Amino acid sequence: MLSLIVFLPLAVAAVLAAAPAIGPTVGRWIWVAVSAAELVLVGVVWAGYEDPGPSGLAFEERVPWIPGVNSSYHVGVDGLSLPLLAMTAVVFLACAVYALRDSDRPRVQAALFLFLQGVSLGLFVAADLILFFVFFDLSIVGMYFVIAGWGHGNAARSALKFFLYTFLGSLALLLGFIGLYVAAEPHTFDIPELVAAAPLEGSTFTGGLVLAAVLVGLAVKTPTVPFHTWLPPAHTDAPALGSAVLAGVLLKMGTYGFVRIAMPMLPDAWRAWAWVIVVIGIISVLYGAFVALAQTDLKRMIAYTSVNHMGYIVLALGAVGLLADDAAQARSVAVTGAMVQMVSHGLITAALFLLAGVMQDRSGTYDMGSYGGLAAPAPRYAALFAVGAFASLGLPGFSGFIAEFQIFAGSIALAPVTAVALLGILVTAALFLRALQRVFTGPVEGRSPGFADLRPRELWSVGPLLGLSLLIGVLPRFLLEVIEPAASALATLVRS
Amino acid sequence: MEASMRMLPALLLPEIIVFIGALAVLLGGSFLPRRRQWIARIVAALALLAATAAAVSAMFEPAQTAFSGTFAVDTATGMARIVTAVATLLVLGVASGEIAASPRESDTYALLLFAATGVMVLAGASDLLVLIAGFLLASIPLYGIVGLAGGRSGAEAALKTYLMGALSGILLMLGVTVLYALAGGPGYALLGETLPDAPGAAVGAGVLGVLAGLLFKAGGVPFHFWVPDASQGTGGTAATFLTTVPKVGALVAVYRLVDTVSTGEDTLLFVAAILATASMFLGNLAAFWQTDPRRLLGWSTVAQVGFLLVPVAAAGRSGLALPSLLFYLAAYAVTNVAAFAVTAALPRHQELAAYRGLVRARPGLALALLVALLGLVGTPPLAVFVGKLTTATAAWDGGYGWLALAVMLNSLLSLFYYLRWFAPVFARPHQGAMGFPQPGGAASWPAATAGVAAVASLALGLLAGPLWAALEGPLAM
Repeated sequence: MLSLIVFLPLAVAAVLAAAPAIGPTVGRWIWVAVSAAELVLVGVVWAGYEDPGPSGLAFEERVPWIPGVNSSYHVGVDGLSLPLLAMTAVVFLACAVYALRDSDRPRVQAALFLFLQGVSLGLFVAADLILFFVFFDLSIVGMYFVIAGWGHGNAARSALKFFLYTFLGSLALLLGFIGLYVAAEPHTFDIPELVAAAPLEGSTFTGGLVLAAVLVGLAVKTPTVPFHTWLPPAHTDAPALGSAVLAGVLLKMGTYGFVRIAMPMLPDAWRAWAWVIVVIGIISVLYGAFVALAQTDLKRMIAYTSVNHMGYIVLALGAVGLLADDAAQARSVAVTGAMVQMVSHGLITAALFLLAGVMQDRSGTYDMGSYGGLAAPAPRYAALFAVGAFASLGLPGFSGFIAEFQIFAGSIALAPVTAVALLGILVTAALFLRALQRVFTGPVEGRSPGFADLRPRELWSVGPLLGLSLLIGVLPRFLLEVIEPAASALATLVRS
Repeated sequence: MEASMRMLPALLLPEIIVFIGALAVLLGGSFLPRRRQWIARIVAALALLAATAAAVSAMFEPAQTAFSGTFAVDTATGMARIVTAVATLLVLGVASGEIAASPRESDTYALLLFAATGVMVLAGASDLLVLIAGFLLASIPLYGIVGLAGGRSGAEAALKTYLMGALSGILLMLGVTVLYALAGGPGYALLGETLPDAPGAAVGAGVLGVLAGLLFKAGGVPFHFWVPDASQGTGGTAATFLTTVPKVGALVAVYRLVDTVSTGEDTLLFVAAILATASMFLGNLAAFWQTDPRRLLGWSTVAQVGFLLVPVAAAGRSGLALPSLLFYLAAYAVTNVAAFAVTAALPRHQELAAYRGLVRARPGLALALLVALLGLVGTPPLAVFVGKLTTATAAWDGGYGWLALAVMLNSLLSLFYYLRWFAPVFARPHQGAMGFPQPGGAASWPAATAGVAAVASLALGLLAGPLWAALEGPLAM
């Protein structure tokens, strides 16, 4: 089942890439059909999912791949990966719908995005470090071509920076993986086996080095300060779809790596370095928020809010490793909050980037100063953008609130000093309100006159993303039921 | 002991087949009219196919030695034979487009086969004197190939290669003399027994001399100067061959020697680690600003030798060392051939910038180039990735964690210049730029070879598991 989910888009991508005879319209609809089928398949998995218990996996499949180094094609889902799997399927379907009118090489574009979809889904189900790395690296290659091929502005340069920077991260990650392999007895790359073995338990120095390598790798991808500098140019010059997938899905690969690899395999080192991680999280939150506040380019602003939002996740996960009395509950809440934040940020940021893409599409600029009173010519656009902005700043009723509330409830209980990061929420609220005010209110001026309102395909791609965020905000139970058992298992593993 | 004293010439069947094939091509080619030289090509291809088949069937036999213990027939030799024969076959594919019906066609094929025989002997040699024979048999035809195929710039490349080869050959023989004198005989089994008790400085000098010769063949630092010149100055056929095939024999020979001499003695492993690091860094940094694709690839092969030397530093310390080296050799051979074959299919495009827009004119060729270059970077799931992963793991397992770090750093460095090449390939073409030849004609042979090699590079990566089982076997001594 999981293999079908991973390889169906990859196979269709290969066919699309190899068959120039497929026309643009057919290509676009094949993309939508496959993405919809993927969502159905993920829905089937969700419906049939039963919690497999601590460090167990549901829908498990395992075939030896490189037996010489004990690496296998091993996939499975648990409460940490299933929500991200579903979020990925939703975001890619939204992108497919959004692209229904794109005219720039639609067949190749569809092939590339289906490739990225298969790779992303593969990463979230991987239960083997090498398999994880394969998908991690391929996601970089795929995104490079999206930015270089469909970007605007200084796309070639941004794509190059993105590739080199994130490739550095992936190599650091690989180095960490090799360290885990060599330390484990018997040597293996299998994730559940490594978690059970906790290979570097007690060896502070090597454990610290391996954790440092893994953390650098994941921090580049997440990205956290100070490894975030590739992100703003990549987002600014990427096409709307590329940004949506990059921020919505690819960034989660970094934070997912924390909960899947770094924390359960190196609990000792994680505890030892928890304060550093918390501080990095707080800095990311505040730095991302303040730099976003200073932006005049809408897309760059959203990009920096990603640094801020990812910072909350790092902060919460770092806090889980801190020493505190009777805090099992708080740890579990913090991990749950981090997981919900991953899903929530994926949905909301993808929606915001798609909306920013509409702006580029209509008038060729993201500069907020070039607009004014946009709500009058484009009321639906204004409404959706306002919903997205409120969701992103964590208004109650949206998924972001559930996530950030749990993150802070858990983190502050574990370490009261993390409350300084609340300032980030305040700044984010300010910057989104200011952006709304600048672009949508006031007299109709600049490029606003004649700005065509949302077309159906745009509405039907962005709408469901925000609708889901609202659904999670109002009825979080269905999501939390899946996440909570896995989150408390992880919290126990890190510090029992 | 009884078995090791026997001659057993049948164990050298692949080498014999290729050598006889070379003689047949050389003699038969003299009687063929120029337009029928393709017959010589067929004969050469058949000899290589037969040698591959013989080598594969020999892999199922237990490891043993032939000619009184002077030639090891084990997993390492078997893999080296297969990789050599298959890579030479792919080189013939490149040649079919480039030198078909040229005045020296069959001569070139004969030289390729002679050199391939030498490479196989080099890989299997477990005796210093056989090693010298293999070195000479692999080197002398190489000078001819570089000169024959290259025209005017080829002459300079051939001279440089020859001078470098002569120097390193002398060092090799000097080293052999020293080791022979210390051990009282040239066999590796004897070396392994007696050298630990011999004076360390003398052993070190002798081993370094032998390594000098082998590093010349491999094209590794510090005997690499001929590689970029030769790959740029000579023709596509010669460039593909000389950057791919000799490395196979040389690196297996390096491994055999280091493994023999470093029993309970770590100095030599450290030397191997230093040589690996130097090759990686120098090759990658020198490739940075090259504008000629062949020269860039030439430097990249220097860096690849560095990656290939990494498992040598773990010889005898990690069970992964030998299988990972053999796998990397196979992966490197097909991937490197794919990259060179693309340049042979576009012989007039001698600037990286000239590749701009290739994907629109020749999507297949562009894809093959992408697979080859991403493969050389070490992108999963391509074959070289498995090679890099396992060699780095072997190094760490063998106690050289920093060498694994160097591997990762260098992969990052190499990405930069490969990106300089394949980024334009996927960019929009400029107005008025030099166009690309239509598919078909003579260049369809190298183009097809590039495709086959790229597919092989992907398949090797995906099917690493089943192949791996065939690579795990001890050295015969």
